[in-house]
Amino acid sequence: MSETLYPIAVVVNGVERTAQVPARLTLVDWLRDELRVTGTHVGCEHGICGACSIMLDDEPIRSCLMYAVQADGHRVTTVEGLAQPDGSLSDLQDSFCQLHGLQCGYCTPGMLIAAQGLLDTTPHPTEEQIREAIGGNLCRCTGYQQIVEAVKHAAGRLSERPLSPRGRGTG
Amino acid sequence: MKAASFEYVRAGSVAAACELLRQDGDAIKLIAGGQSLVPMMAMRLARPSRLVDINEIAALKFVALEPDIVRIGACTRQCVLERDNALATRVPLLRQALAWVGHVQTRNRGTLGGSLAHADPAAELPLAAQVLGARMMLRSTAGVRCVPASDFFAGPLATAIEAQECLEEIHWPVWPEHRTGSSFIEVSRRHGDFAIVAAAAQIAVDGEGRCIRVSFGLGGGGQTPLAFPGLATHLLGTRFDAAVVQSVAQDAALELDPGNDLHASAGYRKRLAAVLAARALRAAFDQAKGNP
Repeated sequence: MSETLYPIAVVVNGVERTAQVPARLTLVDWLRDELRVTGTHVGCEHGICGACSIMLDDEPIRSCLMYAVQADGHRVTTVEGLAQPDGSLSDLQDSFCQLHGLQCGYCTPGMLIAAQGLLDTTPHPTEEQIREAIGGNLCRCTGYQQIVEAVKHAAGRLSERPLSPRGRGTG
Repeated sequence: MKAASFEYVRAGSVAAACELLRQDGDAIKLIAGGQSLVPMMAMRLARPSRLVDINEIAALKFVALEPDIVRIGACTRQCVLERDNALATRVPLLRQALAWVGHVQTRNRGTLGGSLAHADPAAELPLAAQVLGARMMLRSTAGVRCVPASDFFAGPLATAIEAQECLEEIHWPVWPEHRTGSSFIEVSRRHGDFAIVAAAAQIAVDGEGRCIRVSFGLGGGGQTPLAFPGLATHLLGTRFDAAVVQSVAQDAALELDPGNDLHASAGYRKRLAAVLAARALRAAFDQAKGNP
């Protein structure tokens, strides 16, 4: 029995992508397996770990908890879309490098999306707000301290250069 | 792909969703935020043959402030509700409950109606609905019926929603008393998890600081979230002396029938329930007294 395919058009990191997808294909599997946009990681696949966090219409969500067909007509930003237009790292990404906000790196794409979501709405977050924002993302390496420090550092850098382009390719 | 195959339909309106449900309600599952349904489908605990997506129905997303009630569209996202200051002024318990619900990523997608319709006995929003006596408006092609929270929650993951019905709106009563306070607290293994036990209370006091209205409840201690209107009457007219509060909280905990599981034993849950119920009652009372 062949499965019904549904046409979708989704703006991914500023570029419209079209496809025919089975209804049960999750958004993260479409991004990674079909589009080969592999920055987003797949962890638990049932909404616990946060590794698959992406932005849907500028708000962080878990892309394992949504079917690709549901994203039709929406905008998606993955970790690839956080970089500057020339491909260099954003202030937030660079802060993770500078302050050792990662070890194995598996949770990092999700952490970056969660942190970016916070900084988009709260440019000067308190430590409590940072911890709340990344509360839905599991990291088994860092103990979270350096991640919190990295987000603080990024907030400081962004406030020094408020007009700095963040390079979000959301179109 | 982890879910079993299904057919997908994006409903353009509540009427369209209801018509689909009329034709084939038993085979259809409505999907709102999907924060519980998608994991259940991934684990194949749920295998609907058709998924009707109500996320794009604008008419299901609203907060309407009326004199005695606040009406909220079932597909209103939890993140929208937690940011709504006017709502927090009128139904403060809702924001207090939302602070314990999941994480930013799940609240950005999860909806009020989805959480209520999923009816996890340890979830926060069903407990808030039970404590405040929220009313669920269920629409089908035959019309609308209104089900109070006390009749809505039928068991773990079970509600009064019939196969042909769509949860359309939730009506939250607004307490007119000026000196009103509320509290929501819980214990869970990690912040954002479902509660091991949750307690919620709302209280109003008169000019002399005596309790004139009180409602409280517990989640995680049985088949559904529970409110205790009978026990609450013992608090009316009192100034919440420790002994009275303790005894009412203890009696509430005794009414629970919690299970043993990986997270906590039944005995621990009961003990926790008595402690948290007393704390929630006390905190709500103190807040009410603090209001001019």
